[in-house]
Amino acid sequence: MTDDAPDLRRLRGDAPARNHDARTIAALTANPGCSRRGLLDAAGVDKQAVADHLGFAPRFGQSQFAITRGNSFEAQVKADGCAALLALLRGDLGLDVPAVTSADLAPRGEGRAARHAETRRALGRALSVGGGALLDHPMLVLDIAGRPAYLEPDVLALQLAGRLHVVEIKSFAVVDGQAEPEQVAAAARQAAVYVLALRRLVAELGHDPQRVAHDVFLVCPQNFSNRPVATPLDVRPQLAVLERQLTRLTRVDAILGELPDELSFALDDALPESVRAVEARYAPECLSSCEMAFFCREEARACGATGSLGRALRDDLGGVESVEAALALAAGAADVPPELAETAERLRLAARLRGEALGTAG
Amino acid sequence: MSALTALARLEAVAARRARPLATVRHCHLSATPLVVIPLRLAGEAGAPLAVMLGGARDEPVLLAVPQPRNRDLRFAFAAELGKVLLEYVEASRGVAEDLGPSKDGEDRVRYTGAPQLVLPNTGGVAFLRLLGRSTRFRRTEGEHAVEPAVPALGRWLTWFAERRDRPGSSLTLALTEALRLHWATGQSSVEDANLAALLGWIDPPDGLDGPAAATIAEDPARTPPAGPATDPKFDNDVLAPAIAAFDEGADGAGERVREALRTQLAPTWELCWRALDLLAALPEGASVAGRWERDRDAFTHFHQTFAEGVPQARRDSAVGAARRLHRLERAQESYEAQRAFDDPLVMAEYRLEGLAFGGTVTEADPERLDESGKRPKLRPRLRVATEDPLRLEPGATVCDAARPKVKGKIVEYGAGEVLVELTGGLGKKLTPEPGTVPEAGARVVFTSVTEGSFGPARFPEHEETPWTHGGPPAEYVPDARDAGEAWS
Amino acid sequence: MTVDPATAADAVVAAVLADLDAGHRGIVVDSPPGAGKSTLVVRATAHLAAAGERTMIVAQTNEQVDDLIERIAARHPDVTVGRLSAAGYAPSERVRAAPSVKVAGKADDLADRAVVIATAAKWATLSEGSWPWAIVDEAYQMRSDMLLRIAGRFERALFVGDPGQLDPFSTVEVERWTGLAWDPMRSAVSVLLAHNPNLPVHRLPVSWRLPASAAPVVARAFYPFTGFRSGTGPGDRRLEYGAGGMGTTYDRALDEAASSGWALYELPARHALRTDAEAVRATAALAVRLLQRGPVAHSELGSHPVRADRVAIGAAHRDQVTAIRAALGEHGEGITVDTANRLQGREYDVTVVLHPLSGRRDATAFHLEAGRLCVLASRHRHACLVVARAGIPELLDAHPSAEPVHLGVPVKFPDGWEANQAVLAHLAEHRVRAEA
Repeated sequence: MTDDAPDLRRLRGDAPARNHDARTIAALTANPGCSRRGLLDAAGVDKQAVADHLGFAPRFGQSQFAITRGNSFEAQVKADGCAALLALLRGDLGLDVPAVTSADLAPRGEGRAARHAETRRALGRALSVGGGALLDHPMLVLDIAGRPAYLEPDVLALQLAGRLHVVEIKSFAVVDGQAEPEQVAAAARQAAVYVLALRRLVAELGHDPQRVAHDVFLVCPQNFSNRPVATPLDVRPQLAVLERQLTRLTRVDAILGELPDELSFALDDALPESVRAVEARYAPECLSSCEMAFFCREEARACGATGSLGRALRDDLGGVESVEAALALAAGAADVPPELAETAERLRLAARLRGEALGTAG
Repeated sequence: MSALTALARLEAVAARRARPLATVRHCHLSATPLVVIPLRLAGEAGAPLAVMLGGARDEPVLLAVPQPRNRDLRFAFAAELGKVLLEYVEASRGVAEDLGPSKDGEDRVRYTGAPQLVLPNTGGVAFLRLLGRSTRFRRTEGEHAVEPAVPALGRWLTWFAERRDRPGSSLTLALTEALRLHWATGQSSVEDANLAALLGWIDPPDGLDGPAAATIAEDPARTPPAGPATDPKFDNDVLAPAIAAFDEGADGAGERVREALRTQLAPTWELCWRALDLLAALPEGASVAGRWERDRDAFTHFHQTFAEGVPQARRDSAVGAARRLHRLERAQESYEAQRAFDDPLVMAEYRLEGLAFGGTVTEADPERLDESGKRPKLRPRLRVATEDPLRLEPGATVCDAARPKVKGKIVEYGAGEVLVELTGGLGKKLTPEPGTVPEAGARVVFTSVTEGSFGPARFPEHEETPWTHGGPPAEYVPDARDAGEAWS
Repeated sequence: MTVDPATAADAVVAAVLADLDAGHRGIVVDSPPGAGKSTLVVRATAHLAAAGERTMIVAQTNEQVDDLIERIAARHPDVTVGRLSAAGYAPSERVRAAPSVKVAGKADDLADRAVVIATAAKWATLSEGSWPWAIVDEAYQMRSDMLLRIAGRFERALFVGDPGQLDPFSTVEVERWTGLAWDPMRSAVSVLLAHNPNLPVHRLPVSWRLPASAAPVVARAFYPFTGFRSGTGPGDRRLEYGAGGMGTTYDRALDEAASSGWALYELPARHALRTDAEAVRATAALAVRLLQRGPVAHSELGSHPVRADRVAIGAAHRDQVTAIRAALGEHGEGITVDTANRLQGREYDVTVVLHPLSGRRDATAFHLEAGRLCVLASRHRHACLVVARAGIPELLDAHPSAEPVHLGVPVKFPDGWEANQAVLAHLAEHRVRAEA
């Protein structure tokens, strides 16, 4: 099992650490300024359970139609030793794909550490021998905030001409060469996690980490069919962001240092208070990525935070944090502190112009 | 976002209700719109599940695919949808007005009417675009033959979707977008994408305020999503068993699927009509009719050339892309300018930014002549008292917001006063046409906003695509591959 | 030993000129800030004129057109130049002063000219006529749809520009074209190379503008793969003040800038409007104080007093520019104040920059765009003073990375985040804190 710092274990109450996967690791980059999320993630707290307990259940349900579709597409691409995939790389991308030895590292009951060891052996072999090799379901490890997180990627690692490529199979469509940019971005962020974890492992095995390519292959259904299409995707920007944020996670210690010693996120009556003790940086974008978002939104709204209306709006107000304060400035409040003088002037001007246009002036 | 919009949002938070962002309506509303609410199957790009549509509030038509993975059922659905849409298009066009011959002697006509599709949100529009893409290349004969209504549907949907990209067009409305143009809520743009929540803020039901109405709207159990995505819980608990029953051939299973889908669509149907009512209650902006006329021109052209046309290409060619970008940028500029001229609340944004100023004329010299040149020129001058923070420099060209044809330039600015010299739009004589020069005491707004800076542009023909852009492209001919493209 | 800068630069220029005779359809020259792009354009023009080739020159603004005309007329008075211009254009003094230049609104009236020069917009109005050669200046700032419109006018072309500056933009939705090799939003060079991948691409290796203190910083942050170096060594440029300072923080920042080439004038952390009055005041005051102290610039070109026309202030937004101009008042008369977009291609002795991220609560893609900071940080020959509120590193740390990704679109380097971080890290070593 993972071992982690006692204070992080305490934060979880008695609950076991929630496993990270590439999705949760990639999500660390979505709102890196949020201490609440940073701490909950670093401690491996089950945010879904916390949000449920707080009465703000997240709405990230998945339709069984989508799950079925995803599974059947993946099965189709991987059928017969990934025959369809290899044909695609030869055909669509014109790559020189030699005969490939494949190793399926899917779970067969053994523990994660044992599976990781097997991945390690298979990878070591492939790296030394060179030539075509395909590793399915590798079990990778990435150090997250000082503790190893096992990653069970639904991906393949494919070695071609001595270089390892991550192959990510996704069931969103590529229509006439274009796909939903948000979905591609999410896939790129996840793939970057695998690339990074593979690079660390390759380095541990004494090889050049650059043997893991930053070009990953994204395999998606083409147009409206089941026919797969492969598109190379350069994940260097995502890798840079990820490495940056992983370094930053070590600062969780600093957040912890400012919190009461007995703080815990156990699912009990004290939970709301404990969660509120850690500062959040809520923005509406959180709604699509963080389990805690509805709770944080409620909290932000309750204290009249301008940020709940969006980052752009808050920035336009020159950093006035409360709706009430901003409206008071617009209404011409006296005793404006000097640092808010311009914001006040601008809001008063906006109020005058609005009033004039709406015929409600003076 | 400007401080003006920001302020409106803050006011909405405090009032617990949406606040106006416009004093007039900036989109055209057809007397006979076609409300269209599509749903798609989760996990698939272009698999239609159902659509509720119609032009009468109390007569929604429900088309559904009882097994969305069945190709034949899908094409049957597309054919049905195509027939409804084509019938609507034909009914909407009215009569052809004769506009007289054009410069090159061709007769020009314009239909008196045009179709207007009303979708709940931008996701719905995007789905129609995909549905258009997946059907327009189909063939009506040969191996993968489909009904003629299928490719026709594809071409029309593609046309509607592409026309919507043009700023200021009203042929396809996404209601969330149309409402957001006119009202500011006390929530963020992310939450505004939910039609029910947005309407909850603008027009909360009796006994509720904006936030309370939005809370109900956000709960998929109480308010089904407005599509095209369905609620995953509905999929798993209701739809999947119904479809499974259909697959097993159970009695009435098709109807069970339809009824399940109806429960998800009916609330949104009602919301769409309420949204239209709210928009209709606003007075129409002065330039709206002109923009609708451009829409009708585009419709007339597409309709009249439909028979000899071919499906729109998958992607724009180099020349096509450049032409389209130019058209869109031109339309954008004129749309933004027209909105500002039509609506003092929009113009206020420019005043806030210092690109316009409003105030009272303190002195007017309407018959002033500039006699420095060979011939005297009419150059009236106005002195305008204003409190607005002007950012335009002396020499900047401005126009009178109430009469955009009246042009002038800023001579000097300082101490709450602007001296403007009028240079054009005053008539051809040495005295101004009546009503062109504001008198002392008049309230005026002058602005540098204009709608004419993009002139017409020259582009090479397709066959002259230069080597820098890959040379002339092969002419696009839809082929059997297009027609047979899997749809599964 | 490495070759000296002049030799290295000359070798590239010679290679470019040789390529003009080698039958290539197109040639691309990447030029980092101040690497002699205009000089290259003038030399290539003369080279083609000497070979008897009629050449059209495409620039992006009227000011750039006039700049080039002035240089060509001064350096090669024997080359006949035609300036093609729009109806309302009144020739500037420097164009009228050149006897070898003829101005006309129609290309037919310039048929006898060895070189015809105009803005891209003007060239795009022509429907006929063909020139054996075109030289396209600032080609990275030209949208590819503009190239499409003018490419019919030439047979071969030399494209010159700075890949590190601001990308073209549009006000409308442009997603439908992403991934296309001819995406109209891509730059002219990008589309050209996508369709003609084998064209020769040269890189000018030496910045003659940026001093030794700036070239490595700018190269590392904005040109991480190609790099460049300064043409002058560490001691070759000096900035001195006639008047000593009075120990104010402004004076200390000016002293730091004079001795190291950089200064970060740091205001206390606070979120503010874009037109942050305190920051605006500090920006203007630094420029005014600079002039008051009688700066003299010593360089390989000799010594000269730095007057207002050799000082620029740069900012991200137009409203900031307006506010700074107002704050300058009469003491700052003659100082150029402009946005990054409009400072592209310009050169000054000393610049004062209001940092795009100063006082921001949340960074946007606009604020983070590498090209914007690159322009602002690379206009100076001697020193650059940056005014910013404290807290930018924290802002960058908290910046969410959720940029959408489009298939088939080449990854853009450098990343705005990394570039900003690199510049800030350097500036931190030259920090002078304002009194709170």
